[in-house]
Amino acid sequence: MDRSVMVEVKNLKKRYRLGEIGTESFRQDLQSWWARHQGKDDPLSRIGEEPDVFYALKGLSLTFRRGESIGIIGENGAGKSTFLKLLSRVTAPTEGSIDLYGRVTSMLEVGTGFDGEMTGRENIYMNGAILGMTRAEIDAKMEEIIEFSELREFIDTPVKRYSSGMYTKLGFAVASHLDSEIIIMDEVLAVGDIAFQNKCLKKMKEAVTSEGKTVLYVSHNMNQIRQLCDRVIVLSRGDLVFDGDTGEAIEFYLKQFQTEKHARDYREEIRPDWLHDERIRIVSAEYRDRDSIYFYRDEPMKIHMVLQTEQDVEKLGLRIEVSNTNDVKLGTYFLYDICDCHAGERIELDIDVDISSFTNDTYNTIYCFFVRDESGTNLNVDRVYGLSFVHEDSLPARKLNWETENWGYLALPGAVVTHVEKH
Amino acid sequence: MSNQLRDTNYHIHVDSGHRFLTFNLKETWKYRDLIWLFTKKNLLVRYKQTVLGPVWLILSPTMTSIMYTIFFGTVAGIDTEGLPKIMFYLAMNGLWSYFSVVFFRCADLFRGHAYIFGKVYFPRLVMAFSEMLVSVIEFLIQLPVLVILCVWYSFHGMAIPYITWFWIVIILFWVGMMAMGCGILVSSFTTKYRDLRILVGYAVRLWMYATPVVYPLSILNPGWLRTLELINPLTYPMEFFRKMVLGVGGAPVYSLIISVVFTAAAAVLGILVFNKMERNFMDTV
Repeated sequence: MDRSVMVEVKNLKKRYRLGEIGTESFRQDLQSWWARHQGKDDPLSRIGEEPDVFYALKGLSLTFRRGESIGIIGENGAGKSTFLKLLSRVTAPTEGSIDLYGRVTSMLEVGTGFDGEMTGRENIYMNGAILGMTRAEIDAKMEEIIEFSELREFIDTPVKRYSSGMYTKLGFAVASHLDSEIIIMDEVLAVGDIAFQNKCLKKMKEAVTSEGKTVLYVSHNMNQIRQLCDRVIVLSRGDLVFDGDTGEAIEFYLKQFQTEKHARDYREEIRPDWLHDERIRIVSAEYRDRDSIYFYRDEPMKIHMVLQTEQDVEKLGLRIEVSNTNDVKLGTYFLYDICDCHAGERIELDIDVDISSFTNDTYNTIYCFFVRDESGTNLNVDRVYGLSFVHEDSLPARKLNWETENWGYLALPGAVVTHVEKH
Repeated sequence: MSNQLRDTNYHIHVDSGHRFLTFNLKETWKYRDLIWLFTKKNLLVRYKQTVLGPVWLILSPTMTSIMYTIFFGTVAGIDTEGLPKIMFYLAMNGLWSYFSVVFFRCADLFRGHAYIFGKVYFPRLVMAFSEMLVSVIEFLIQLPVLVILCVWYSFHGMAIPYITWFWIVIILFWVGMMAMGCGILVSSFTTKYRDLRILVGYAVRLWMYATPVVYPLSILNPGWLRTLELINPLTYPMEFFRKMVLGVGGAPVYSLIISVVFTAAAAVLGILVFNKMERNFMDTV
């Protein structure tokens, strides 16, 4: 297959100015204009010297070839969207160059350029024309687009009556059928139903493999990246930090931003005000078998804890409270009657936790030791923020695209069909 | 399907540099379908979900002309060179409105279309031409009121010249290019500093009084005021339009030359500056 270069990016930089535009920026404008006029260096072009200026891209050089599908990942503010904006020529680079050897369809947002008052069909013409296609060229594709969008009965309805899912369908149908060689998408498949998402991914994959198009796809959804892309670039704060195989890139990306500790020392930790009991203190906690907080598939979470007792404690228990990153409590593991402890003892605990029900996400924990008094109520004796964990490639997410916003964080175990009867 | 990838010579180079002398007109012409689609869309969107719809197009200038007739014509008693006052104001206000509408739509081009400009690329001039075309169509929808009045007055003994479409098109193109040139020139600077936009709003209102809109050129006696008026590039087309439509009016040739030169300069400079600025507009809107 022809692997000629479709996009060539050299030393691409983009500078933005932060803050309000007002008299200050007017002064700066005059300053840099004057400097340029005098043939001197623009005082604002030196990185780091001007606090109001920041580089969204700090010099990217990349080559994309025909028939490649490239995933672009990175945390928020990594420069992904700026990169796509420059490629789709919405804004111009501050330095460096881009050479495009094919027409670009960009979908920086679902249904870009759609106008609510116009019908689906009219919007298709509009989108085609924005790409520079003539009416006849669009007419030739019309039937295929309508078919793909699954919106035949609504195609002559103004799109403002569409649901967001329908909007996505039309937007994607148009973008994927237009006559372009390079397709740029910025996380557009986050909405819409799973079946349609898969159909779109399949369509893109097909466009890449059999039509030789070049696809650039930004997403935070690693499953979609895995499905679609055979090459992934990782951006971080405007720099290219990884370029290569999809699996390796995703692993690199997930490890890179791992700031959470896999081990914690609690000796200096300040306990909550309400905790007056000082009978026992947790000294440290760490994951036994790894130096990260990432757990893949159905690996158990193996925790090693060290405790120090000041006074006798009977029937010590431990709660591991799990919450999401928005601090919503999702559930709690209870460990009763771990041991009876005596004053001055140092106790080491190994705990295995089955986290397979948690879907792909980051979770925070709280470790709370408790004893039960005579009436059976829990009395907390120590409480600290526990180790966070990230569950990746979890069983539920592997079976299907897990919709956390609809289904929650837990794939509950325990339901089995015991009988099926057909009549 | 791989025959789709036919365009092997396609190449676009993007960098930070910009050659100042790029008109981009060839590329804009390639997008002529889009100009037409935007025109249709803008017309459609502006009058959808209004009860009277396009009737507003006829109603609002007619109302303004009636107001002018009452205040400038009757109260202030401005002489309209013997023309029925309502016709004078319909014609003058009509052409002036066309100018100011094109001007302001182009001046606000980036703020008005920030959403679409921020998401897709096409030559931004497409939108400027489309706004001009929208205004032309709106003007042509208003024109029949004037034509009907002409017919009515000609039955009552007034000599009405035969309006040629040719001249109307020429005048609309002329005034339109002037307005668009000035408008996009202003838009190139107002996206960032909105003070200028406010300033320009005032300036255009003042400009109206320096243009024969509510009075004919002929009421000005020779002197600096009349000279100023003749230097005003809008004076000639306004007077010429009145001459073509109502048979009375006109300005000296040097006013024509000033107007044509100004229009050409505004259009050329406007497009050049606009093309230079459009590349980074979306960072500042």
